[in-house]
Order: sequence, then C-alpha cells, then structure tokens
Amino acid sequence: MDAIVFPPVVLGPLVPTLIVLAAGALVLALELWPRALPRELAAVLALAGMVGALLATLARWGLPGRAFRDMVVLDDFALFFNVVICYAGALIVLLSMDYLRRTGSDSGEYYALVLFSTAGMMLLAAAGDLIVVFLALELMSLSLYVLAGLFKRELASGEAAMKYFLLGAFASSFLLYGVALVYGAAGTTNLDRIAAAMAARPRDPMFVIGLGFLLVGFGFKISSVPFHMWAPDVYQGAPTSVTALIATGSKAGAFAALIRVLAVTLRGVPPDWATLLWAVAAATMTVGNVVAIAQSNLKRMLAYSSIAHVGYMLVGLVAGGVGGASAVLFYLLTYTFTTAGAFGVITLCERARVEAVEVGDYAGLARRHPVLAAALGVFLLSLIGIPPLAGFVAKFYVFGAAVRAGYFWLAVIGVLNSAVAAYYYLRVVVFMYMREPDGAATAYAPSFAGNLALAIALLAIVLLGVVPAPFVDLAQAAVAPLLR
Amino acid sequence: MTLPWLSVVTFLPGAAGLALLLVPRRFASVLRGAALAIAVVTFLLSLPLYFGFDDEIVGYQFEEHRRWMPTLGVAYHVGIDGISLLLVLLTTFLMPLALASAWGAIEDRIKEFVATMLILETGMLGVFVSLDLFLFYVFWEAMLIPMYFVIGVWGGPNRIYAAVKFVLYTMVGSLLMLVAILALYSQYGAATGRYTFDLPVLAQFVMAPGRAQDLMFLAFALAFAIKVPLFPFHTWLPDAHVEAPTAGSVILAGVLLKMGTYGFLRFCLPLFPDASLAFGPLVFTLAVIGVIYGAWVSTVQPDMKKLVAYSSVSHLGFVMLGLFTLNQQGLVGGLIQMVNHGLSTGALFLMVGMIYERRHSRLIEDFGGLWRVVPAFSALFLVVTLSSLGLPGLNGFVGEFLILVGAFQRSPWLAAVATSGIIFAAVYMLWMYQRVIFGEVTREANRGLSDLTTREWAVLVPIVALIVWIGVYPAAFTGKTETTVEALIAQVQSKASANR
Repeated sequence: MDAIVFPPVVLGPLVPTLIVLAAGALVLALELWPRALPRELAAVLALAGMVGALLATLARWGLPGRAFRDMVVLDDFALFFNVVICYAGALIVLLSMDYLRRTGSDSGEYYALVLFSTAGMMLLAAAGDLIVVFLALELMSLSLYVLAGLFKRELASGEAAMKYFLLGAFASSFLLYGVALVYGAAGTTNLDRIAAAMAARPRDPMFVIGLGFLLVGFGFKISSVPFHMWAPDVYQGAPTSVTALIATGSKAGAFAALIRVLAVTLRGVPPDWATLLWAVAAATMTVGNVVAIAQSNLKRMLAYSSIAHVGYMLVGLVAGGVGGASAVLFYLLTYTFTTAGAFGVITLCERARVEAVEVGDYAGLARRHPVLAAALGVFLLSLIGIPPLAGFVAKFYVFGAAVRAGYFWLAVIGVLNSAVAAYYYLRVVVFMYMREPDGAATAYAPSFAGNLALAIALLAIVLLGVVPAPFVDLAQAAVAPLLR
Repeated sequence: MTLPWLSVVTFLPGAAGLALLLVPRRFASVLRGAALAIAVVTFLLSLPLYFGFDDEIVGYQFEEHRRWMPTLGVAYHVGIDGISLLLVLLTTFLMPLALASAWGAIEDRIKEFVATMLILETGMLGVFVSLDLFLFYVFWEAMLIPMYFVIGVWGGPNRIYAAVKFVLYTMVGSLLMLVAILALYSQYGAATGRYTFDLPVLAQFVMAPGRAQDLMFLAFALAFAIKVPLFPFHTWLPDAHVEAPTAGSVILAGVLLKMGTYGFLRFCLPLFPDASLAFGPLVFTLAVIGVIYGAWVSTVQPDMKKLVAYSSVSHLGFVMLGLFTLNQQGLVGGLIQMVNHGLSTGALFLMVGMIYERRHSRLIEDFGGLWRVVPAFSALFLVVTLSSLGLPGLNGFVGEFLILVGAFQRSPWLAAVATSGIIFAAVYMLWMYQRVIFGEVTREANRGLSDLTTREWAVLVPIVALIVWIGVYPAAFTGKTETTVEALIAQVQSKASANR
C-alpha cells in the first residue's frame, strides 16, 4: 500500500480570497465583543478587506499559480475577475454604510455576509475543479440568500429571500447533478483532466447531458432566459445595496466559472453548443428589454435590464475566441461600475422617508439635486451604450466580436435591442429632467461613503469609455492562456 | 509641433461648455455672454480653416492622426476636405446666431442650456471632421443626447414625445449602421489581414458587389436617410422641429440634417460604389417624392414653423437628388444647397421664433398686414423667403440650378418632375408670406408689435449677407469643393468599374 502523500500546501494563490475571508471572520468575531465598538468599524474592516484583496490581486498579476492539485487556479483570468469582484464588493460596502443606518438594519453580520459571498465569487473565478465550482457557488449564494432577507420587517424582502433560496437551491441541485454526470463520463472533476478525457469523444451522451445541467445551473446564477424568473422579484424585494451585489458581483463570479468551464472543457465553444447559446443570447436580450419597458419600479426595471445585459454578454460568449471572451470580461468590468452606480443612486434617494423606487419618484430630480440626477443620467446613458461612456465601448467590442466571428444577425438582434433599451432608460431621464413631481419631492439622503462610491463609478465609466485600450488589452491577456 | 488646429476648433466649445457647468447659476448673463463669446471665438478659429484650405489638393487637409486603441484598429484621425470644410464653417457660423437668438427666449435652466448647446457643437463638428469610422460613430451617437435635452427640456408643450421620437428614430438607424461598420471592418480585415476603422484606408478597398455590400449600404443609408430625412423616414422631423426651441430648430435644420446628406457623400458613395449605383434609382425616386410631398404638405400647414419644417423635407430631397446624380454639377450643387438650406431655413426658423416671442403664436391666420407694423422685419423676411424658394441672385438658386443641371443629365424626366418642386416652393412660401405680411392688419394684437431689436439685427444681418454673397458670387464656396468632388466621382467610378 502506498503511503499517503500530502501535497504541499501552497496558499499563495488563495491569498486574495483569504484576505476577504479573514476580514469576514474578524467582523463576525468583533460582533461578539462585549463592549460597544464604533458603529462604522465593521464597514471599515469590510472595506479594508476588499481593498486588501484588490491590492493582493494586483500584486499577483502575471504570476499564475495553482493550489490543491489544480483545484484552485489563480491565473490572469481569475485575477481579472478578482478585480471586478473586489471593486463590486468595495462599492457595495460604501453604498451600504449610510443606507443600512437609515433603514435601521446596521449590523456586523451584514458585512460579514457580504465578505463571505465576495470570497465565494472570487473562488468561483479561480475554480479549476467542478467541486470547487460548486462549493464557491454555494458559499456565494447562501450568503446572498440571507442578505436578500435582511429587511426582516418587510414582506417583499422575505419573499425575495424565499424565492431566491428555493429557486437557487433548485439550480444548485441541477448543477450538482451535472457535475455528477460529467464525473461519470470523464472519471474526474478536474477541468483540465475532463478536457483531456473527453477530447476523443465530445459527444458522449452522459457528458453532453451533464454539461447541459451545468449550463442550467449557471444560467440561473447569471439569470439568462429561461432561468431568469427569480431576478425581478429578488432585485425588487432585496435591500438595494444587496441587489447591487447580486446584480454585479454574483454575475461576474458565475460568468467567470461559466467561461472557464466552457473554455477549458470544450476548448472553446463548438458549433452545436454555439447554436444553443445563440438562441439563449437572443432570447435573453429580447425578453429582458421588452419586459423592462413595462416596469414602473426602477429596481424591477434595472432587474430586467440586467437580464438584457446578460444577453449581450452571452453574445460575446457565442462569438468565442479571444475576441469574444475578452469582450465578455470587458463588458462585465464596465457593467459592474455602471450597475452598482445606478443602484447606488437609488440608495441615496428617499421620498417621504421611504426609499424612492418608483420611476415617478424621480420626477424633477434634476432641478433640486442636479449632480445626483446627472450621475444617474450618466449611468443610464452608459447602460444604453451612448459614447463616449464605457457601456458603448463594451457593446461595440461584444458586437464587433460577434460580427468578426460571422454572427452578423445576432449582432443585428443585439443592436435593435439596444434601441428598445434606449426607450426605457430614457424614460427615467425624462422624469428626472423634463417632468415635475406631483406631491412630495424626492429628497437626497446625504452620505459621504455613498458619494464616494458614485464618484468612483463615474470616474471608471468615463475612463473606460475614453481610454479603453489598456483595459481591453488586459482582458485579452487574461483570456488568451485559457483558450490556448 | 504645430497646433492641432482642427481638434482645437472641435473640442473648444464642448470643453468650455463643461467648464460653464461649474459657474453658479445665479450669474445668468455671465453664462449667456460667455457661451456666446465661446461660440464666436470658435467661429473665428474656424476661419483659418477656410483661408488656409488649398483647393488644389486632393485629399484631406489639417489632418491629425494619433493612436487610440491600436489593438482594435481605432485611431484618432481627423481632417477636412472640400466636402466637410463648408459644413464645419456652417456649424461654427450658425451656433453663435442660435445662442444669440436664445438670449431672451430661454429663461429656465440657462446654465444647462448653454452647456448643452456647446457640447452639441463639439458633437456636430466631430461628425464632420472624423476620418475614423469608430470616432465618427462616437460623435454621431453622442450628439444625439444634447439634442434630446434641448428638445425635451426647453421645447414646446409636446416636447417629451418629440424628443423621445427623435432619439429612437435616429438610434435604430445608427445602431444598424454600427453593425455595418463592424461588418466592413471585419471584411476588410479578413481580406487584407489589417483590421482598421480608418476611412481613407477603407475607402481604397474594392469590395465585391453583391449581397454583403448591398446590406452594408442599406444599413448606412438607413441611418443617413432618417437623419436627412428622406421620405418616408421623415415623420420625426415635424415633431422635433415644432417642439424644439428656436435655437434648437436652427441647429436641427441648419446642421443636423446635413449630417445625413454628408454621410451619404462621405461614406455611402466611396465605400459602397456598386450598391450606390444600384440603389441610385430608388434614392432618386424617394428624393423626388420627398421634394413634391414636402412641398404639398407645407402648402396646407396652418403653423409657420411646421411649414418651414416640411419645406426642409422638400429641400433636402433636392440635395439627395443632386448627390446621387454622381456628376460634377449635381454633387457641387447638392453640397452648396446643404449650406444654402442651413442658412435660409435657419433664418426662417429664427424669424418665426422672433415673431413667436412677440405674439406667442405661430399660426398664419393670427397675422396679416405685418408690413405696416414691422417693415424692417418684413423686408428681411422677404429676402429669406425668396432665398428659400430659389430666386436668382440669392443663394438658393445656385444650388437648385446646379442640381437640376446634374439631374437632367441623368434623367430628364426626373429633373422635370423635380422642377415642379421649385414651383410648389414658390406657392407655399409666397402664399404664407402674403397672408402674414401683406394686406390690412387683421388682428388688433398685432398693431403693437415692435420691430427688430439691435440683437435681432445682429443675428439676421450676417445670414442675409451670406445669402446674398453666395447668390452673387458662389465661386467663393463652390471653388473649395470642386477638386474634392472630382476626385470622389473618379473614385466611385473606378471602384465600380473595377468590378465589372
């Protein structure tokens, strides 16, 4: 009998994730501290955790590492996503500080859960093994389920948590079943070894069905049609800061895992899978945009719009290759800042002491709070894809990749969808700039941290829009080794 | 290193507009004055472009080329030739006048208004000077937003509907153009191995005729046809024009519509010559329908502003007719007619706006006998009206004549039908003028109207002077364009015949 040989424990590639986890544990531990601590301590620690992880990520750029027998792969691809996720986490912490205090839900657990879910997202991006994919997905999701129900006294929040949990658990079981089937077909859960095992027989039925189940699980997490039903209710009911995290970080993490699974196990997307993704992308864009038109609740509208944006990102995935995949990465980067910013403005607006979530609540905002209205305007214009903002370059890049790969008509569907989207985004602008409120006006709830978050997001959007070249190059460098 | 003159002219208004946002809003007259000063300075800075422009040179002048996104083949490349020179000057010329006309008319949110107008100017200039398809698209699309605000915030009662309609119409067209740009980019890249959005490079590319070229042409053409607007894509125009404030209408009619015709000239003809020739008859037909239809609908309008708006459909139909003749006279005529339309229609909107400020009505039936009350206004209005209907000696005649000469060479029948458009123009313009200006004073309210103020004189005199100048000595302007137009025609023909 062979002696059991322990692999050397290499923690280096896990450092960014560990920093976030440690911050989470520290925040939890401080909650047990018997004496009263400064109210902002938990938030500051959470922020420090995110920034620390961001710095650790940047320090490791260009130094790929693997740990635990290739279960964790911290390559440039994962690092790129870590940057996106850490920014999302940091923005959400900033947005939460005064928002939670105002809504009376300030607690250390909140920040601990945000940190844990962020760690899950980062681990998801670095997962080199289907077991880690599942673990990370659950770490991320379970924390988010609890966060969605944070407003204990509000029915909508409870409903959101319940729906998110039930449907999420359902999707997780699909994913797990998929993992089991793929394991059955390939004899391993490691992505590289799956690829090696299945290279000769990519149409093995068990493998194909397993992969299909994996896609269902991911489809739920990124809320692509037809697995998007949960998104509007959850986005609407969850506390807005949590919605922002669900819309940005969790999507980035799930997309990272999806791209890695597809890119590594299938060595790029083969034509038959591309056809499937083509249909999903077209349906996701169209359903998201068309249904968004009918929404009068801003959070719900942004939920449908985020579904539509997933559709655009899937276009990049269909296009495939370095161009398509890097386009998705760049899109996620811009989308994170834009969406976090848009939800961020909502957290700063209240009407008659209630959060301003109806589109009508924003009537006349430009007259009383011109800077806030301009900020939301810029976020919305970037979501439409108006140059020279980041959203335009992202769309341009995604559709460019699609056209270059020969998916001409998918690009046409995509741009027509953008025109539809212009209608409902501009409707908010119409209310802000061209209408007067009936009844009480929406007031600005001052928040230094919130302003800081918005300023960072605005700066990023303009920067990514005007000088996108370095970031596009980074995205390309991040995906190139994956697709080799 | 020489000063990047073209970039200075392009970005000065926008940058200054953004800076004005920092001025506290209680300094209303400072804001107005500063904006006007910036627009005037921009115009003065654009004059060296005219005087320094060498009309013997084929190709672009005042060119600037800088790296921007090398991995994607995007560069900051600007320059002007005989086609864009006049339009750049038209833009810088009209903007101070538009701002001056808004001096008393816009009272609400002045800071935002002047900033929006100046940012709009940068957007428009950028469209005319861009020589990179990506850069062009950025300006083309970015310019929509300030115009949207100008209509939607400072417009008339139905402004929100008009603004949203304007944006959605334009956006559908331009987004399809985006796909076509990307398709052209990847076709060229696949054929040559070099991926670039550079217009002069792409214009050398001889694309095989067929479905791909046709689709790309149609996508570009749709974007431009909506902007022109070519019949039947014109329905956004009356709404936008009528609801927009005077300054917005002037810019909309004077410059924005030209971006469509400019697009046909700059992109459709050289990039897709076979498709341009193949679809020429269709464009001809739509243009002539537009000429006649626009004129007929103008005739029955009760509202002066709407009448002028529909007359734009008719005039721009003429321009399109000229451009697609693809001969020297037609093209030069079309180009000069773009400028003419900008001047005379801009002036018409200004004057309708002046009368609206006094009377708060634009209905023709509310007026009559104005000559007895406001003779100076009436006299200038006469000059502008005659220029619009193409009286010899004024600018409109030069353009229309050249266009008809060109069109006659292509198809005598079309030219004959189009000529009737001039007759109808005389009908609706003169009939309107007669009802508003001549006869007895029909409404008591009109007796107290005051004649032109100094500010209004200052706005109108430059336009009228230019109207007369172009009418009497058009060579000062046509001369700048001829070399470029010749080269363009040669290029289209050689590329089209290379495929034969």
